[in-house]
Amino acid sequence: MKPIMAETKPASVFAPWLDADAKPIISFENVTKKFGDFTAVNTLNLKIYEREFFALLGSSGCGKTTLLRMLAGFETPTSGFILVDGQHINDIPPNKRAINMMFQSYALFPHLSVWDNIAFGLRRTDMEKDAIGDRVTEMLRLTQLDGFSHRKPHQLSGGQRQRVALARSLAKAPRILLLDEPLAALDKKLRQETQFELMDIQEKTGTTFVIVTHDQEEAMTVASRVAVMNKGNLLQVATPGEIYEAPNSVYVADFIGEVNIIEGEAKLEGPDKIAITYAENMPPIISVGKTEGISEGQKVSFIVRPEKVRVSLTGDDDRANKVKGTVMDIAYLGSISTYHVRLDNGQMLSAQMTNTQRIEHREITWDDQVWLSWSDEAGLVLTQ
Amino acid sequence: MNFRRLLIIVVPYAWLIALFLVPFLIILKISLSDIAIAIPPYTPTFDLSAGWEGVKTFFSELDFENYIFLWTDDLYWKSFLSSITIASVSTFLTLLVAFPIAYGMAKSPPSWRPTLMMLVILPFWTSFLIRVYSWMGILSNNGFLNSFLVWTGIIDSPLHILNTNIAVYIGIVYTYLPFMILPIYASLEKMDISLLEAAEDLGCTRMSAFWLVTVPLARHGIIAGCFLVFIPVNGEFVIPSLLGGSSTNMIGKVLWDEFFNNRDWPVASAVAIVLLLILVIPIMLFQRNQQKQQEAVL
Repeated sequence: MKPIMAETKPASVFAPWLDADAKPIISFENVTKKFGDFTAVNTLNLKIYEREFFALLGSSGCGKTTLLRMLAGFETPTSGFILVDGQHINDIPPNKRAINMMFQSYALFPHLSVWDNIAFGLRRTDMEKDAIGDRVTEMLRLTQLDGFSHRKPHQLSGGQRQRVALARSLAKAPRILLLDEPLAALDKKLRQETQFELMDIQEKTGTTFVIVTHDQEEAMTVASRVAVMNKGNLLQVATPGEIYEAPNSVYVADFIGEVNIIEGEAKLEGPDKIAITYAENMPPIISVGKTEGISEGQKVSFIVRPEKVRVSLTGDDDRANKVKGTVMDIAYLGSISTYHVRLDNGQMLSAQMTNTQRIEHREITWDDQVWLSWSDEAGLVLTQ
Repeated sequence: MNFRRLLIIVVPYAWLIALFLVPFLIILKISLSDIAIAIPPYTPTFDLSAGWEGVKTFFSELDFENYIFLWTDDLYWKSFLSSITIASVSTFLTLLVAFPIAYGMAKSPPSWRPTLMMLVILPFWTSFLIRVYSWMGILSNNGFLNSFLVWTGIIDSPLHILNTNIAVYIGIVYTYLPFMILPIYASLEKMDISLLEAAEDLGCTRMSAFWLVTVPLARHGIIAGCFLVFIPVNGEFVIPSLLGGSSTNMIGKVLWDEFFNNRDWPVASAVAIVLLLILVIPIMLFQRNQQKQQEAVL
């Protein structure tokens, strides 16, 4: 297996969602799905473009799986429309859709061999026998399963089963492949390897992938765009970088990665400068950025990622924000350490530092008085 | 340690030898004997007091006469054939009735399943004989079924069901239904619902998904159920004698007649031995199916 880089530099930027003329392959138009009184998906609008690796991210019960199952045809929207290539597909049964799904449980047919599992979908078409054989061989090679074709699913390891499921769902060369938590059953190391393989296969086949996951790291790694869902609503749809750097709500910021959230009162200090007062006797936080929608005296949340906060004993830098605190806890993660610091007003902040020194030479330890500092561009002011 | 291990092996073997092999050998011996007006009603009997000579004469008097008789009198092989036919047909009918029930049970909400299971097992709480007797009351010419059909006006004169093969089939399907439902239900219940979704996703219609996924996965349950019905029905006596007519010819009935009406123990024993030999084949197939299923689980 050749090593694959997590982020290969693309020849030209792939961003069809920025192109107003681009035709989406999938569009959800005001789609609502109710199960009795429970609203799983709430008037949702979403466009997904060809060749995208699109991730639906959210905690369990947020509606992401329901959305995927509606796309596969196992659930019908209560109201609204789903379009594929501009065609309404609400009433098309799953077996007539050019969409295949890889199930979370893999759903491999236990009574069939690997070969027969992969050939299952092809045999339901009018494809020639020889052509089916060629296609299955190709799929086995793509998923590195050569030599396993005669095994039954129960004779395979978890990782191999995952590949068979992937091969089977790709065999019919669907226009869209749906993946429901495809890596959840694998251990961490295998999961990371498989993420890169998935990206590689997606690139090779040019299929549009829609993946459902609760694992934000997975979504960030594989996806061209990520949609964060909560309680049946789409909170934000953006590239992983945007989601991380510019979350549109506290929920999204908190869901993706670690974040410090400080609630306070906004004071406009200039066209793009805000000062946030959050406690008495504490200097206000200075933040530079968009001020649209923020009015004087409004309650806001200031968010800043731990890795953008510096922790030092002396505080000898000229960053816009500088506060004093006491180290309460240090989480040593090998390459980095997270310092949990309590400010004088009781507010907890965490700061992340790269461990450039060996652990025994670490300068900062528990109960030390430290300075936390971050620049005026490091954080973000959110109103919701 | 070794003694314990030996004990674990010896106990079940001793049980099998004492309660299965020894009785089988006794029946085999009787089947090779001749009928006699005596107690017990056959000869020779084993007499140890005569010593080695006695043993020799004892064995010299055994012969296959009764088996030859079974072969020459067409009553017997016709009864065997008729038993196998009735058993096969009723196994098939039981399967037809049981599969939808088992399927429905497996597809029902999990909270219902214990209740449904109870309903299937509940008839076992009353005597088998009473249940077959009550079918006589239902099926007879002026029984519940005919009275009801005449009352609704569907028929003018009562249908003759009791004392025909139809009544026997009804009785067998009714009695043996749980033996078919339970193994099929067990195999369907384990089935992952997403397998059917996967089949549909890959281009199957609901119907073809049923034939390509559900039925193959229930195969072991179906086979087990079929043997559990077929094997005992072959030797069934109560149902054909209570519900069947003079034309219903089953080997269990013949066996009864030979033992109790003719008091011909040797011929009856020969019939029993032949029945056993016929059933050894399906029993072996059944064992193999169970073994395969266990391997599949592992």
